[in-house]
Amino acid sequence: MTPIMLDLLLRSLWETVLMTAASGIISLVAGLPLGLALVLTARGGIAENRWINSVLGAVINGFRSVPFIILLVALIPLTRLIVGTALGTWAAIVPLAIAATPYYARIAEVSLREVDRGLIDAVRAMGGNRWTIIREVLVPEALPGIVAGFTVTLVTLIGASAMAGAIGAGGLGDLAIRYGYQRFETAVMIAVVIVLIVLVCGIQWFGDRLVQRLDHR
Amino acid sequence: MNSFVSAATIGAKAEAAADIIRLSNVRRRFGETPALDGISLTVRKGEIFGIIGRSGAGKSTLIRCLNGLERADSGEIHIDGRNISGLAERELQPLRRRISMIFQHFNLLSAKTVEENIALPLKIEGVAKPERLQRAHELLDLVGLANKAKAYPSSLSGGQKQRVGIARALAVRPALLLSDEATSALDPETTRSILALLKDINRMLGLTVVLITHEMEVIRGIADRVAVIDAGRIVEEGQVWSVFGNPQTAITRSLLGSIRPQLPEHIAARLSPEIGKEAILSVDLAGPEAQGALFADLSAALPHSFRLVHGGIDHIQNQPVARFFIAVPARDDSLKDQVAQFLTARSARVEVLGYDTDHA
Repeated sequence: MTPIMLDLLLRSLWETVLMTAASGIISLVAGLPLGLALVLTARGGIAENRWINSVLGAVINGFRSVPFIILLVALIPLTRLIVGTALGTWAAIVPLAIAATPYYARIAEVSLREVDRGLIDAVRAMGGNRWTIIREVLVPEALPGIVAGFTVTLVTLIGASAMAGAIGAGGLGDLAIRYGYQRFETAVMIAVVIVLIVLVCGIQWFGDRLVQRLDHR
Repeated sequence: MNSFVSAATIGAKAEAAADIIRLSNVRRRFGETPALDGISLTVRKGEIFGIIGRSGAGKSTLIRCLNGLERADSGEIHIDGRNISGLAERELQPLRRRISMIFQHFNLLSAKTVEENIALPLKIEGVAKPERLQRAHELLDLVGLANKAKAYPSSLSGGQKQRVGIARALAVRPALLLSDEATSALDPETTRSILALLKDINRMLGLTVVLITHEMEVIRGIADRVAVIDAGRIVEEGQVWSVFGNPQTAITRSLLGSIRPQLPEHIAARLSPEIGKEAILSVDLAGPEAQGALFADLSAALPHSFRLVHGGIDHIQNQPVARFFIAVPARDDSLKDQVAQFLTARSARVEVLGYDTDHA
């Protein structure tokens, strides 16, 4: 592989890492409260509200049912509004984050819903309010699942970011398509695949280790 | 221990009233089925009050009504003189900080260490960290787990987890402790040690305890008074020894079944209503009367001998509770009536169960 290709590979890796990390963090920050809201407002939840729950659920399902490549194009006006341009790595972060947030919200919802009701009762019986229940019970008890779900979301985002090449965002997936597939440069294709495998394994390994440390169940 | 005692009451007003809990006509239904069907009861300050019933009898709903985890549809729930039945969740929160609860499945937070679990009620109260950890360590000493402060609940045995649950319940120096089947998930030996701990706490701190259980052994072990609940109603209530000695309802007798002497099955199988060789009588006697020289007097008074088949004297709350099965020769059928008369005059309850046809 030529130094130019190596340089391109490193640049693409950086673009992928940037897109994944930025949209991942946004999906965590936005998705966790959404997941919490779903659990709190669900039937039997500590802030039961059927109306909010069904609207929230419908919106999340709506975003999740749109294929990412369509979302990428459909969100161009919004992206332009936020980033100033509809092209490039930073522009791809907007649709990636918007796709990953409802995805992560559902994953967080599952972990939060599985927290034993008895623990909520125990804290209610101590005189704890909703905020105490969220802070002392729901989030800490669901934390292993929340972290494991975030790992899954990051890996999914690496995959999705390949499609962001369609709007000129670059990244490893884009490199593989343009050089490896369209120009038949097998060496580039193999190099990209190896880098992606290492990246995914690294994230998964780190995520698993963190879950192990957090899980005291 | 002075600090515990002084704080074990809600306030000066509370000292005056002897009843800490008063329920009148509390009802609660889930869909069509009534879980509580007009419950009225009072619990006195400082006593251990047991509520027993089969699963589904409504006892769990009842105890959860006492701290507002469950709402009554109608009726009044007075805790320490205050009617809590109409209160909103937010108004209940400060109240619950004086009513602690322990649970069948312990409900310890898995992500927190033992000391953090015990300190949590104090954190909710806004007590500063050094103070609440110090209090947690005092309580760990009290429940005998001083070396487990930094452990996570998952590394503890069931009995140890419940000790942590009890320590956590005591952290806020409550006036009332609710125990929701606290020993039902524990083996018999651990159950005894947890009950002993609860009894110690009750005596030492003057803490009122309300417990629900489906095990008569628990009631027998520590309760002062008991209420038997069935299909959402209280069917029987009283001093434990007197309910044990003189159960009024079939449900109570059936709940008592395993810990009260029963006529051995092979004899029960032979019983017949027709006159046979011997009449079999059950004799129940509780309280001071059970301490007399009952059988000696009976032998002296009657011309014929009788035979003790089964039974004995148990002691509950330091009161003798006797239950015997005796066989009286049936050659002269009036003999059994004389025996019954003699025993009834000594305030025993006598029942002729039938005739043993087979005994030589």
